[in-house]
Amino acid sequence: MQLTLWTYEGPPHVGAMRVATGMEGLHYVLHAPQGDTYADLLFTMIERRSKRPPVTYTTFQARDLGGDTAELFKRALLDAAERFKPQAFIVGASCTAELIQDDPGGLAATAGLDVPVVPVELPSYSKKENWGAAETFYQLVRRFAVKAEQRPATCNVLGPTALGFRHRDDVKEVCGLLARLGITVNVVAPMGSTPADLTRLGEASFNVVLYPETAGVAASWMQRNLGQPFTRTVPIGVGATRDFIAEVAALAGVDATAMLAAEESRLPWYSRSVDSTYLTGKRVFIFGDATHAVAAARVAREELGFEVVGLGTYSREQAREVREAAKALGLEALITDDYLAVEQAIADAHPELVLGTQMERHTAKRLGVACAVISAPVHVQDFPARHSPQMGFEGANVLFDTWVHPLMMGLEEHLIGMFREDFEFNDQAPSHLGHKAAPVREAPPLVEAMAVQPVAAAVLDVPVEPRWGADAEAELKKIPFFVRGKARRNTEAFARERGVATITVETLYDAKAHYSR
Amino acid sequence: MLDHVPASGCDTRPILRERGQREVFCGLTGIVWMHRKIQDAFFLVVGSRTCAHLLQSAAGVMIFAEPRFATAILDERDLAGLADAQEELDRNVTRLLERRPDIKLLFLVGSCPSEVIKLDLHRAAQRLDRRFNGVRVLNYSGSGIETTFTQGEDACLAALVPELPSTDAAQLVIVGALAEVVEDQWRRLYAAMGITNIAFLPARRAGDMPAVGQGTRYLLAQPFLAETARLLDARGARHLPALFPLGAEGTTDFLRAGAEAMGVGAGRFAEATAAAEARARAALEGPRARLAGKRIFFFPDSQLEVPMARFLTRECGMEAVEIGTPYLHRAHLAAEMPLLPAAAMLSEGQDVERQLDRCLEARPDLVVCGLGLANPLEAQGITTKWSIELVFTPVQGYDQAADLASLFARPFARRDMLRV
Repeated sequence: MQLTLWTYEGPPHVGAMRVATGMEGLHYVLHAPQGDTYADLLFTMIERRSKRPPVTYTTFQARDLGGDTAELFKRALLDAAERFKPQAFIVGASCTAELIQDDPGGLAATAGLDVPVVPVELPSYSKKENWGAAETFYQLVRRFAVKAEQRPATCNVLGPTALGFRHRDDVKEVCGLLARLGITVNVVAPMGSTPADLTRLGEASFNVVLYPETAGVAASWMQRNLGQPFTRTVPIGVGATRDFIAEVAALAGVDATAMLAAEESRLPWYSRSVDSTYLTGKRVFIFGDATHAVAAARVAREELGFEVVGLGTYSREQAREVREAAKALGLEALITDDYLAVEQAIADAHPELVLGTQMERHTAKRLGVACAVISAPVHVQDFPARHSPQMGFEGANVLFDTWVHPLMMGLEEHLIGMFREDFEFNDQAPSHLGHKAAPVREAPPLVEAMAVQPVAAAVLDVPVEPRWGADAEAELKKIPFFVRGKARRNTEAFARERGVATITVETLYDAKAHYSR
Repeated sequence: MLDHVPASGCDTRPILRERGQREVFCGLTGIVWMHRKIQDAFFLVVGSRTCAHLLQSAAGVMIFAEPRFATAILDERDLAGLADAQEELDRNVTRLLERRPDIKLLFLVGSCPSEVIKLDLHRAAQRLDRRFNGVRVLNYSGSGIETTFTQGEDACLAALVPELPSTDAAQLVIVGALAEVVEDQWRRLYAAMGITNIAFLPARRAGDMPAVGQGTRYLLAQPFLAETARLLDARGARHLPALFPLGAEGTTDFLRAGAEAMGVGAGRFAEATAAAEARARAALEGPRARLAGKRIFFFPDSQLEVPMARFLTRECGMEAVEIGTPYLHRAHLAAEMPLLPAAAMLSEGQDVERQLDRCLEARPDLVVCGLGLANPLEAQGITTKWSIELVFTPVQGYDQAADLASLFARPFARRDMLRV
């Protein structure tokens, strides 16, 4: 039993819904109690879909439990077949129906339907949404994909689902890249495909995996059984996009030299332009699904010149990749699905920018830190009206804009420094940035309680925290607020290392000299 | 199937009873407004990841630094043996209460999975109640297999009733979670009639819940409080039948029932309420101009559908095509049903696909439905109103009558403005 105030991922059947809703001609019959239909609103409200998800719920109630819930399931299935006439069904149970063990797959097999039925068993009490999406897609691929004669320079694009973070725009961007390389896209799946399309998957000579969270399992199976290799690079950022182009060109046997020689994104020049100097070493904390978090770390470090001070994910299935990426940056990855632990880690890391999910956006707002959203779970804002991919060269442009705009402009930063003695300029002055000027931490009570250290430890062997002398404190206040937190931390670390009990003005400048070397 | 059921009163209209897919929330959703109402209460759902996901999807939980509700998510180990689940629950509650010393009332809320595995939350609540001094621990079920949407509030209040102190004093209790602004308006109106021995259930704080007993007369402010009413009756309190306080007409009938029971004469009642009622009727003229003659169709959701339809047809000039409700409590709706237009079809329960067929066939001007159906209907050119707004917005009483009408008028106003 785990106490949860908020969760990054829904239950696994919501993952199955993301697959079914992204597809056409597939219908999901879900054995579930009344109330589980709430999941429809994720698609109709957050994603603004104009059609209901293709899901029939049995919505059993207590009175049905004494009777025949299996019969209820069969009737719902037959009614759905009659009404929706899908090419294929997936059938399964939500958490409660899993407990009553009606075996939707077995019941469907005896229902006498003339279309294929794919049972998806998703253990609700141990797995989550992304796992559910991956398993559902894998079961569909296993059922429908067959070995076929492969067409050269032809690929499938795998992974996009309904309710995916910018999947709509990423697909368009990546398909555009592939087209310009002369590579034919055979099937994009699950989003946009039908069960009939899945039977043609084998005709491609390789697979492009956009989101390993949802397509990794299926792609591995296709490699083993259909002889289709798949891409390992997710094209987020300029460097990764170029690596991706090289990778697909090699798999397709096409020449990408011309495309790689051209400078396709504005990011490299914008990042090299003189104004971007102020981005150097900005402390950034990154948290999201594994794919987006790992990609963001590379872009932040290599393409924007940020310092990554924290990297983590809520996807335990992909924890290994994130641990490796963190290790390469000299960090220990944060693997957790407890948002309060993430909030604590962010507070401890004192970042200047948080790249996270919608939850980290709220956390950053509370902490007074700039933030951009890079990953699901999604919010209605993550379905912008404009084309806004994360992948490809246009995606890199989008990353530059959305990550840099929350930070202060370089010139602006100089002006604020120049005028900091002005009476109108102070920490309490309203900021056009919309967040608090001074990074005052307003921790919710739960975090405060968790932050309390055992008193004994402090008495016994933890070194004494240096205190700030009044002069030094006054001098610190003269430093512009946006670098003050960093100056305070550096000075305290410097004093701690040297066993200085009271920080003086001299300690402050000694520390400044030490860190500027 | 169409049944001719002899309803109470003189209403004998046929009622369409449907059993099929129900596109409604479960009772857990009530936590979203109940935790705002009782400000020192915490709601701990014992359930699955689905329960947690429902609550955050329905409530937009991220706006709170730390919400006063949470889910203890059952996992495989809990399902393996029930003794463990009780221990795990104790551990989680202990951890929670240590962190939140401000909590005075803790509800353990049962869910579909906890009901199906027969996790005994009543026993758990009693045990924990003894263990934690100064924190009352109660339990109820908000599971979808037993409760539909607003019935979660009924179950929550019903859990409170046996705990209320006893009194034989004459008093008026208004039952059902209401916005504070509404409570304060009614206190003022009753004070003007000389009635001050009035209380609300639930109170804003756990320690302020009213006492009940033989002298208690109570009004139901919401139509979905069947179990709460039954338990209040068992405590000796007496229900005052009335219209529900939606619109000027409903509010007057509702307040009058309370006034009469407390011995206030018609003259004094009229004196105290006339100005507010007149103001409500005047304010309704604006939205009425937009709503009159428009045809409305209700999908079942909050159980507010019947009094809502009565208000919209009688005070706003709308026509009701179908009034769907998840459950029709004939006794509590006895005063409402005869006031519904004869042409309106009343349906109880749901088969969402068949109801959508009827809706698309009827092409109403406005559909009241849940969030899952709204955009798909809009995409087919049908104007909708989200029903969930009706339970989150203060809509009861005189000064909210026009606000309530405006909720229905706004979609039309928007349609008129848009040129895209």
